[in-house]
Amino acid sequence: MMELADLSANLLLVSFIAYLVATAFFGGAIKKASSETTYKKSRWGQIGITITVIGFISNLGYFITRWMASGHIPLSNMFEFTAAFGMMLVGAFILLFYLYRTPSLGLFALPIAIIMIAYASMFPKDITPLIPALQSHWLVIHVITTVIGEAILVISAVAGLVYLLKNVDLTKPSRERFWLEAVMIALVLVIGFVVSSTTFKLTGYEAHFTYIDKEDKPKDIEYNYPPLFGMNEYEAQTPEAMTPWIEMPAIVNAKTLTTFVWSVATGIVLYLLLRLSIRRPVATLLKPFAKKANSQLMDEIGYRAVLIGFPVFTLGALIFAMIWAHEAWSRFWGWDPKEVWALISWLFYAAFLHLRLSQGWEGKKSAWLAVIGFIIIMFNLIAVNLIIAGLHSYA
Amino acid sequence: MSKIKCKCGHENPFGTVLCEKCGRPLTEEAKQSEVVDMRYEGSARRSQTYKRSIIDKIWNFFSSVKIGVSIIIAVLATSAIGTLFPQKFYVPVQTPEDLLAYYERLYGFIGTLYYKLGFYDMYNSWWFKVLIGMLGTSIIIASVDRVFPLYKSLKRQRTKRHPSFMKRQRIYGEGTALTPDLSLEKAEEKLKEMKYNVKKEDGAVLAEKNRFSRWGPYVNHTGLIIFLFGILLRGIPGFYVDDTMWIREGELRSIPGAPDYYLKSNQFIMEMYTKEEADEVFGKALDRVGSIVKNYQTDVSLYKKKEDGLPGSTDMEFVKDYSIIVNKPLKFDGYNIFQMDYRLNELKSMKMKLIEKETGDSFGEFTIDLDDPKGVYELENGATVNLIGYYADYAGVENGEPVSKSPVPNNPAFIFDMRTPEKPQGEKSFVAIQQTLETEENAYQVKFVSADTRHISGLTIRKDKTLYILLLGGIIFMIGVIQGSYWNHRRIWVQKGNDGNLLVAAHTNKNWFSLKKELESVKDYAGLPKYVDRRDTDIESEQEEGEK
Repeated sequence: MMELADLSANLLLVSFIAYLVATAFFGGAIKKASSETTYKKSRWGQIGITITVIGFISNLGYFITRWMASGHIPLSNMFEFTAAFGMMLVGAFILLFYLYRTPSLGLFALPIAIIMIAYASMFPKDITPLIPALQSHWLVIHVITTVIGEAILVISAVAGLVYLLKNVDLTKPSRERFWLEAVMIALVLVIGFVVSSTTFKLTGYEAHFTYIDKEDKPKDIEYNYPPLFGMNEYEAQTPEAMTPWIEMPAIVNAKTLTTFVWSVATGIVLYLLLRLSIRRPVATLLKPFAKKANSQLMDEIGYRAVLIGFPVFTLGALIFAMIWAHEAWSRFWGWDPKEVWALISWLFYAAFLHLRLSQGWEGKKSAWLAVIGFIIIMFNLIAVNLIIAGLHSYA
Repeated sequence: MSKIKCKCGHENPFGTVLCEKCGRPLTEEAKQSEVVDMRYEGSARRSQTYKRSIIDKIWNFFSSVKIGVSIIIAVLATSAIGTLFPQKFYVPVQTPEDLLAYYERLYGFIGTLYYKLGFYDMYNSWWFKVLIGMLGTSIIIASVDRVFPLYKSLKRQRTKRHPSFMKRQRIYGEGTALTPDLSLEKAEEKLKEMKYNVKKEDGAVLAEKNRFSRWGPYVNHTGLIIFLFGILLRGIPGFYVDDTMWIREGELRSIPGAPDYYLKSNQFIMEMYTKEEADEVFGKALDRVGSIVKNYQTDVSLYKKKEDGLPGSTDMEFVKDYSIIVNKPLKFDGYNIFQMDYRLNELKSMKMKLIEKETGDSFGEFTIDLDDPKGVYELENGATVNLIGYYADYAGVENGEPVSKSPVPNNPAFIFDMRTPEKPQGEKSFVAIQQTLETEENAYQVKFVSADTRHISGLTIRKDKTLYILLLGGIIFMIGVIQGSYWNHRRIWVQKGNDGNLLVAAHTNKNWFSLKKELESVKDYAGLPKYVDRRDTDIESEQEEGEK
């Protein structure tokens, strides 16, 4: 069993590298192509998609071997879910690539999948046994459908991003340029998290504390970052570790806050370094890569992805979710934060479709909505799990 | 209201934008536009036509998609605010004062505000319910306002359209053809091959496919309305039962919310993953988080009151044995019983002995059943112990009397009257856990020997007759949303214009990319004139660049 688990980890690494290489090829496709037609039939693009498919197969291999090793579907904690999200994002990209054959989409979808898998890898990767609430075949049905639906919806944001990079004028300051740059900063912040987390993991940093939680119970906690913020009434158990700057009240998870501040700080440093070396908005770095994309097509893909993803998401995140919640928790709906945020995502995309269909929100407006949808989905994945915490926070 | 007579002779209902039959623009605005708005086929919608009475105004308000989207955003925003802090039902306190104190203690001023504004019970608040009601109304009115005119319009459309209609389509082309009739024939052939329904009329071809996808939105809205209706029904008594019960091992209780049914708990089991069975794969995770629960289970027997039993009699018949575990509720007669909670090791009985303090000689042991503490216990050598006071959850002495804060035996205490042949008048003693109080020095003492414990299961009882309605709503919604999203309604018009010209136009409600691909192959096969997509500015600019 352990060999399978190791094989699984290696397969994930292979796919991670494959996606990196494929991104470079898609980049090449854009650099080399001179016209729309050569761009579509580009050699580089062909190689790019082939490597992507190989990576995806290896990624599926990771998923299946991990499933075999643990005896349950690898979608039961933060690492497994986020990694699967990255994988499905690539799957959704492959689907849309074969529908529309545009390398631009790959050039932006793959890096987002890469960041997602890297982000996932920062969480504990141990195979955990299932708690009673998760022991059901609905785990497979509900979570797989949801993750596929969300991945397809995210493709819409990728197409939106390409559209915006191409069509927003970055030469002079504007609200759109500001927000586009804000999206870039958000992506750099995630990279900041990966970099800082990896650094402290490599140095093996650990600091133990005891503290009093919000129900007045004593608890233990272990930091993997130098503790900037201390838990409520903390007492240090690792003498050589740094002393926290300030103690936080019981409702704040000071460990999460510490991780967050370290990541943001690292991200800002990375961003400033980048900004200083190029002396213009970071978005301008990516603009040339979006130039070859056909705006009309990107708009179409953005819309089509929502059309394909929305029914899948509804089925997985609401209908299957309700059926399972009825079996496991005795009620199909309980206003648990995760449920509410799934409903919010659903309402948001419903609004998107109505605005597009009857208010004619196409082009930039539609692209911005798609990006906001991506943010909502990520909020539900990251913030609701780590900060709000309800019945769904298994990580 | 008068009808609008089009030049083609067709009488259109008042408010029509594009003639239902030939497509001629009828309003000034439509005549001025370069690409005509094809939503709802330019048909006469009630909301766009009547604007006078109060009913018209309400109708128009709810039929507006802008208002619909605003309501969606309002529901979205209120839902999001509700997740900022835990809702009332996830908080361990219930009374208003405790709730206020809870939010204030944990979240300070914002917490107080959250409570005062009623956000702590957002989803049961009247304004949230009003919003959902408005959403339902909007769905119904907006759909009715559109579906009938759209249906009529698509049914009445003529094959041969007026050139002014063709020219105002997003995809349009005109040009000379050497053999227009042959081109039309070949176009027809190719379109048929691509599964289009082709109609012909007087030198004009209309090819159409997947019209049914236009009904998708109305089908999915019907599903949503059925779903919301199901939720409304839960307010009616009998449709919906939601109760909880605590049941101890060995106990037989009537099931709240399910009259005539009784449940006996035989055993509660909680299992952890052990390192041995969980093997090496889970080893690391168990090391990291400590222990992980594997199973919660209550083994029960279900009984039903006999049908011919007299009212008030307790004659029961056995129905079945079942192990309720998480994800596997006990199901009977429309009810579901779920494993939800537990308490471990509640005291069941306590074994005591009576001794003579000086010698330690025992008069024998007796067992106090804490469910039913009995008065007198007869012991050896003529000794008796009389239980004259029992305090299940002893919480100190108030006004010279011991008090119990609950009937649950969390901290049992007793007052005994001990009678022995030596002291026939009896000695009194107060006995609690780890403590014995005596009014005056006694010669004898009741000592604790051992205790028996048992577990308690927390079960939830549900009956929900609306579930099938909700499921039906969900299924209809899915059918509608798939129908509307995965297919699209495409139309291609080809017709002979004046002096041997050919006109081509095409329209789809979504996915223009595929429509153009299909049109391209028809064009190549039948030799149709070149056309443009007037929305695709990139292609034009690229062509311009190429020409430079």
